[in-house]
Amino acid sequence: MGAHTLSAEKRRKNILSVVLAIISVIYVLPVLAVVLNSFKLNTFVKTHTFSLPTGEMWAGFSNFITGMTFGSYPFWKSVCYSVVITVLSTGLILLCTSMAAWYIARVDSKICRIIYYLCVFSMVVPFQMVMYTLSKTADSLHLNTPWTIPVVYLGFGAGLAIFMFVGFVKSIPLEIEEAASIDGCSPVRTYFSVVMPMLKPTMISVGILEIMWVWNDYLLPYLVLDINEYRTIPIHIQYLKGSYGTVDLGATMALILLSIIPVIIFYLTCQKHIIKGVAAGAVKG
Amino acid sequence: MKKKKLSGGNDALRRPIRKWWWLFLGPVVAAFIIGFVWPFFQGIYLSFCQFRLISDAQFTGVSNYVKAFTDASFRHAFWYTATFALVSLVIINILAFAVAYALTQGIKGSNIFRTVFFMPNLIGGIVLGYIWSMIFDGILSRYGTSILMQTKYGFWGLIILMCWQQIGYMMIIYIAGLQAVPEDMIEAARIDGATKSQTLFKVTIPNVMPSITICTFLSLTNGFKLFDQNLALTAGQPFQIQAGGTAIKTTEMLALNIYNTFYGQSAGSQGVAQAKAVIFFILVAGLGLAQLAYTRKREVQQ
Repeated sequence: MGAHTLSAEKRRKNILSVVLAIISVIYVLPVLAVVLNSFKLNTFVKTHTFSLPTGEMWAGFSNFITGMTFGSYPFWKSVCYSVVITVLSTGLILLCTSMAAWYIARVDSKICRIIYYLCVFSMVVPFQMVMYTLSKTADSLHLNTPWTIPVVYLGFGAGLAIFMFVGFVKSIPLEIEEAASIDGCSPVRTYFSVVMPMLKPTMISVGILEIMWVWNDYLLPYLVLDINEYRTIPIHIQYLKGSYGTVDLGATMALILLSIIPVIIFYLTCQKHIIKGVAAGAVKG
Repeated sequence: MKKKKLSGGNDALRRPIRKWWWLFLGPVVAAFIIGFVWPFFQGIYLSFCQFRLISDAQFTGVSNYVKAFTDASFRHAFWYTATFALVSLVIINILAFAVAYALTQGIKGSNIFRTVFFMPNLIGGIVLGYIWSMIFDGILSRYGTSILMQTKYGFWGLIILMCWQQIGYMMIIYIAGLQAVPEDMIEAARIDGATKSQTLFKVTIPNVMPSITICTFLSLTNGFKLFDQNLALTAGQPFQIQAGGTAIKTTEMLALNIYNTFYGQSAGSQGVAQAKAVIFFILVAGLGLAQLAYTRKREVQQ
């Protein structure tokens, strides 16, 4: 390859870099617009959406204060419930489905296979199919609080987690567990001190998928929870628009900004795991 | 696929585990029955019933299905959803592949670009909908209109929103596929005098077919199942008054149509809504199973 074509190649790559940089800037503009408008007085949001919040448009932190105390339901309560539901559901799903997946893969009886295939089947069922009956069932079993809704998430979300865990357990060589059981370990101890540590990479992938699902989920908690008592962040934001005649766009943007800041921090700190987890979950289809 | 055991577990290991079935299997099975199995079968049963409360369901045969199929709003939602799913599929996949291809050329800043493009994926559908409704209204209000005024604004608005959210996701899958293409294959094509575009279409793309299949089906099912974004961006507006006096929500997709039939004003339509949900399930599950069958077939061929 001559020096001439080499430099042409280099120039082509530089042009590509510049083009992608421009697209990247366009890509973050919507988030930037949220930031700008959360500091802008409500009356200017619609007319001056893309200008800086300077001069008479500047609202300081008043949008945040209005947003936090908007309506009859304080925002911090929604944040707390979102955290409680996400943490409890993800923990419960990781613990229970990994145990079940180990049992299914190792015992491999007819019942195990039926459960496994039912789980795979549940992955292709859209939520609308079960939403009415599920919310009624959850209601009658008193699963309508943030402390009990994780059972519903475990039930409806078991499919993907079981599928991923079984796939991984199958790849773990049996010898290690055999050695443990010869040494006199009970199955429970074998699971918790030998198998579970080995499941860590899949735990992270499944955990990230569940966190992203539960944290952003709107319809399931909206239908299952007692909405006057308990709201999550997506429900809260939907209610800003839903139940009041005129919407305070500035306050809405302030709350949206508050709700995406933790997500962006979470993303930037665990980016590698998140991208890996999402790619692993994509294969399920 | 050949019938094969999930694992080669031996009996010495298996027998003691079995005694603990209630601990290992119990919680998941109980929750799975509450959260999926029971609601699923009850849902199928109720689609053949008329009811306002589940306790006084009356079996009415297929009349709910007849009503669902003759419901103009449901038929409109189906065609609207199908069009949306196909258009978004094509645009998202072409752009995602192009970005992934550019990012695997060894250019400067690839990691930063990847981080930026993937970021919108983590934002929830409701929040996304409100962010974009503010942006679209910010633009359209200059022309004295709004995203809620015309069906085409709602349609293309949702396409733009979905592109913003999904391109990064599909890009990740395409990057993984592109990185698995053997380097020497591309090198061989180049030595044989193939141009860049010949190499792309004759060597690279055939090699990333599995990724293309996954992404195609993913974006298709995502398009069909879309709910949160649809609700937050337009919620079905604008409405169109039919000859009979009923209104059709022109940007309402299937999932939202089912939701509105369940929880909307007209009481007593829960049976019809459940029938629509079953039809919706068959549609989405059909797409999922088609994907499974297709990928299985390809795996065998390779």
